[in-house]
Amino acid sequence: MFQAFSQRRWLLVGLWVLIIAVVVAAPAVLPVFRLNLLGRFLALSIVALGIDLIWGFTGLLSLGQGIFFALGGYAAAMYLQLSNAGDLPNGIPEFFGLYGVKELPFFWHPFASPWFALMAIWLIPGILAAVLGGLVFRNRIKGVYFSILTQAALLVFYNFFNGQQKLINGTNGLQTPATKLFGQYVGSDLMQRWFFWVTAVVVILIWAFLRWVVRGRFGDVLIAIRDDEPRLRFAGYNPTLFKTLVFGLAGALAGIGGALYTVQSGSASPQFMEVPMSIDMVIWVAVGGRGTLVGAILGAVAINFAKSLVSEAMPESWLFIQGGLFILVVTVLPEGVIGWFRGEGPGNWLNRLGFCLNSLGNWLIRLGQGLIHQGNSSPWLKALRISALGRCLIRWGQSLNSVGIVRRIVTYPRLELEGQLEVQP
Amino acid sequence: MSAALLELRQITVSFDGFLALRDLNLSLQPGELRAVIGPNGAGKTTFLDVITGKTAPTEGDVVFKGCSLLGRPEHRIARMGIGRKFQSPRVFEQLSVQENLALAVNQPKQPWSLLVGGLNATQRDQVHHLMSIVNLQNRADWAAGSLSHGQKQWLEIAMLVGQDPDLLLVDEPVAGLTDEETELTADLLKSLAGDHTVLVIEHDMEFIRRLESPVTVLHQGHVLCEGTMDQVQADPRVIEVYLGTTAEDNG
Repeated sequence: MFQAFSQRRWLLVGLWVLIIAVVVAAPAVLPVFRLNLLGRFLALSIVALGIDLIWGFTGLLSLGQGIFFALGGYAAAMYLQLSNAGDLPNGIPEFFGLYGVKELPFFWHPFASPWFALMAIWLIPGILAAVLGGLVFRNRIKGVYFSILTQAALLVFYNFFNGQQKLINGTNGLQTPATKLFGQYVGSDLMQRWFFWVTAVVVILIWAFLRWVVRGRFGDVLIAIRDDEPRLRFAGYNPTLFKTLVFGLAGALAGIGGALYTVQSGSASPQFMEVPMSIDMVIWVAVGGRGTLVGAILGAVAINFAKSLVSEAMPESWLFIQGGLFILVVTVLPEGVIGWFRGEGPGNWLNRLGFCLNSLGNWLIRLGQGLIHQGNSSPWLKALRISALGRCLIRWGQSLNSVGIVRRIVTYPRLELEGQLEVQP
Repeated sequence: MSAALLELRQITVSFDGFLALRDLNLSLQPGELRAVIGPNGAGKTTFLDVITGKTAPTEGDVVFKGCSLLGRPEHRIARMGIGRKFQSPRVFEQLSVQENLALAVNQPKQPWSLLVGGLNATQRDQVHHLMSIVNLQNRADWAAGSLSHGQKQWLEIAMLVGQDPDLLLVDEPVAGLTDEETELTADLLKSLAGDHTVLVIEHDMEFIRRLESPVTVLHQGHVLCEGTMDQVQADPRVIEVYLGTTAEDNG
């Protein structure tokens, strides 16, 4: 027992060393283009972590996380635009000139402060999410109606941002690469490397924080909301409060993700709020595994990498592959990849493999016995060997089966195995 | 006679003109064990919905410990000391037995304290005690969803007890239980009365008889009669609503 524990601990230590090594070494190993992609996808995985919290654990399927993602991105981009506007005519960002705007719109002013911008990146989307969510949850709107409302809100924001040229450059969005931060261009390789590191660290910190949130009894309440929300009320808990809190938290995380994505992708634009983007976010979590946290990160990074690789090789085909992937997950792996792995998946698989080996072994023994009963002396040895192989396979099958059973939850039935280990020559 | 713990005063509930409850009066003394029976559609579940705040009465008032419950949300009513067990067992299926009970036992039920604190020693003992009462100590880490129907019923009763409410509302606790489990449940509920006030809704007449408690018969949203099981069973009006024949026809 103790040994098993320490073995596990060493495994964990090894895993962390590996993760840190990968994060530190990635800029040296990966080409700039790939590194930038990895950084962006890690930023997206922060949004996915938030979705996992509200959907995977709490059962709230939001199709509007793009709103909060975009708000975080805009907050970062507005700061960068402002901090570099000093030398420009009127001292305001260049794009305003296109629309004849001479005065900075009032809401831009506070974003000149880096501290305000740093807070705004997560507080504005977080508070907006909490307010919107609170209103919806108070009225006990849930399930598919909640999803539709979030999608509708997304469309409202999308159209609003698209149309506001004079306020936020409308459909063109705000560009960041030519702006400077700490005296360096945001688009420079050096800054991009740092953004990658910052993103990686933020992902790890947020993962650890969420793990702490969901592991304890707070997480139990979230799962209880997913299982049977009305019942929880009668146990004296106020689900509205918990849902508002986690939805606000997920909004704040989407904002952080949006800001980190923006500085690495080069712009914050209303495209962040397109409907397919928010649905993609949900798919990353579904494929990675709802309610697993790590699944959300892996889903976001792996699917996006697959997307960019496939799109490079065969443009146009990605949407079909993504659709197929989603259907596959819904039908074959409803718990997602990590969910499958942590659940009964590998156990079932081992069981099945064990069962196949067992059947094969039995068949071989029967074959061997048949040959023996024919009584010819020459295949006698061969027959014995065949049945020995059969016995061997049965043993393997049985041990795989028992490993499989250990991996499975105790309540699931044991697959019945038949093994005729004795062979009478 | 001490003040009533719970009083329903002239409760009427109308669903679009259909009167689920009409002019219902009922009062429970502290420590009392009361059984409520009635044919299907008598309004038994609506009656619990009104007490626990799920349904607002069209008319009348519900008074618990001297305070009106009208307009209070369910979780506040629960925190005031009213616990409810549902007709079909409702436990949190994805949580383990232990986690289910911990949620019930836990105080206070606020996000921050749930994030930073654990159960204290007394509460942990209580969880173990509850598991041993309902014979689930070997199932502590099992997902509640994997329990049998009877075990779920018991887990829910244990969760109810764990909330330590002053008033326990128990809706059909023995539906789908074996005879032996039914007996044990009756004993459990009887042992709870005294410290707690218990109101049981049930169809199973043998079970009600075992409770040896006063019985209230509901019919069409109204209290038909009250009395001991024998008195109630002998009442011609009760026979009429249950068997659909009048006492005169029989006589």
